[in-house]
Amino acid sequence: MTAATRSGGDFFFRRPGLLTLLFLLPPLLWIGIVYLGSLFALLLQSFYSLDEFSGLVVHEFTLATYGHLLDEANRDIILRTVVMSAAVTIVSAIIAFPIAYYAARFARGKMKALFYLAIMMPLWSSYLVKVYAWKLVLAKEGIVTWVATKLHFQWLIDALLALPVIGGPSLSFSYIGTFLVFVYIWLPYMILPIQSSLERVPKNLIEASSDLGANPGQAFRTVIFPLALPGVIAGSIFTFSLTLGDYIVPQIVGNSRLMIGQAVYTFQGTSGDIPLAAAFTVVATVIMGIYLTVAKRMGAFDAL
Amino acid sequence: MHSEARWPLKLSALGGLLFLHIPLVLIVLYAFTTEEKSYQFPPPGLTAQWFSVAWFDRPDIWPPLYLSLKVAAISTVLAVLLGTGAAAALSRASFFGRNALSLLFVLPIALPGIITGMALRSAFDIMGIDFTTWTIVLGHTTFCMVVVFNNVLARFRRTSGSMVEASMDLGADGFQTFRHVVLPQIASALLAGAMLAFALSFDEVIVTTFTAGQQTTLPIWIYGELRHPTQRPITNVVAIFVMVVTFLPILAAYFFTRDGEHTGGAGK
Repeated sequence: MTAATRSGGDFFFRRPGLLTLLFLLPPLLWIGIVYLGSLFALLLQSFYSLDEFSGLVVHEFTLATYGHLLDEANRDIILRTVVMSAAVTIVSAIIAFPIAYYAARFARGKMKALFYLAIMMPLWSSYLVKVYAWKLVLAKEGIVTWVATKLHFQWLIDALLALPVIGGPSLSFSYIGTFLVFVYIWLPYMILPIQSSLERVPKNLIEASSDLGANPGQAFRTVIFPLALPGVIAGSIFTFSLTLGDYIVPQIVGNSRLMIGQAVYTFQGTSGDIPLAAAFTVVATVIMGIYLTVAKRMGAFDAL
Repeated sequence: MHSEARWPLKLSALGGLLFLHIPLVLIVLYAFTTEEKSYQFPPPGLTAQWFSVAWFDRPDIWPPLYLSLKVAAISTVLAVLLGTGAAAALSRASFFGRNALSLLFVLPIALPGIITGMALRSAFDIMGIDFTTWTIVLGHTTFCMVVVFNNVLARFRRTSGSMVEASMDLGADGFQTFRHVVLPQIASALLAGAMLAFALSFDEVIVTTFTAGQQTTLPIWIYGELRHPTQRPITNVVAIFVMVVTFLPILAAYFFTRDGEHTGGAGK
């Protein structure tokens, strides 16, 4: 070690602020230029418009593109996506709660590690592979039909598919199918925060409530559930946000009616209407902004 | 209350776990089916031929695989450098705007991928940038950085700064302190972050479709096969390969960081 590098190291040690700046500058520039810069470009694009005759983007400020969002077809796309995201979120919470509750309060030792891996494995499995798996599950000649025929409940599936709006020619071409795949793919994101908030519920509070005469049901309703609620809301941020922006699931399993993600993908791609795609993305961002603000008020960020 | 779970709870917990795992089992099963034109269940026959077909007769798989590996490797290296720097800076000092910066660094994962993707697409369009490997890397590094940042920051918070001060007091210079004190403390978190970043990049499709143009990464290849299937079991063989390549690093990351802190598991 030469004297020069030695004093170089000490130089930074005596000026921690300078060292911090040196560490911080490259990632800050990256996030600032690549990410925030792009978000700004997105906003800018949404105020441009597409010339319908030439098919080229006109780089002049206009609100016309946002006006297009109010067309009935586009309004339906936004409404449909929000309803789907809300439905997926609610049902995910209902399915996730017992799993999280069991994992947090009853699983011990090896069982606990097993539960953890059993939840993490599907979470970290390839996203596309999971979507593909459901194409196999829901195919007309696939396992659902086979089981339904063996157990004689095909009539139930047929009745579900005959329903207006959510039904369709088969499970893989209906909202029911899209909905099932969404619930499946985002479920682990709901389980984990609920589990961690349940694990933080102090045992003595539950004991106290039973000492004071509450039966297990009352203890659950008045003590455990309210304390676990921030976890549910934290999980709902993931399920809501991920459903809101997804375009692959409804493309692979679903009918031909678009969701926001598909609209963005289609408009920026084949039709070359980047401004309209950008405006749709801005809408998704605003919806998420509102959702996050409400979630923060309800204490979800403390549970993350 | 906390003695034994009652059977409705057990049943719904078990049912939920089965729901999570059965589809993944089917992916493996269908890689061995003899039926290549439909998703017939149960498979009419079983064969292992698709593994050799995928290896020898499908040259269209290799270029996407190379591209995905290349992008994942470059993005991981960049993400480790940038993410560690950010974690080191934000764990060391308290300064004005530190909380806002922490939020800023996790934003690319908190917001839906389509926003990152479409934002980059808008920027490339405005600036007239052509799609290359580097435009894909730009997107991937942005969200890979976040997992490295989360992992390393969690570790920095658990280690105490007094070790660094002690080392300097005992006469080590800055480089020696980094090499012998700081690096051993953060090494496993760094490695875990890198592995998660690699897995995340290798599997990413939502942002990638907006930054790839005409290029095909392995996930984009799979997406194409999902929409226009050719030899269906081949897609399953590739799917198994992708599952293994993404799952092994994640399992390793889990074992590197399992004592006391959880890996940046949430928020893929």
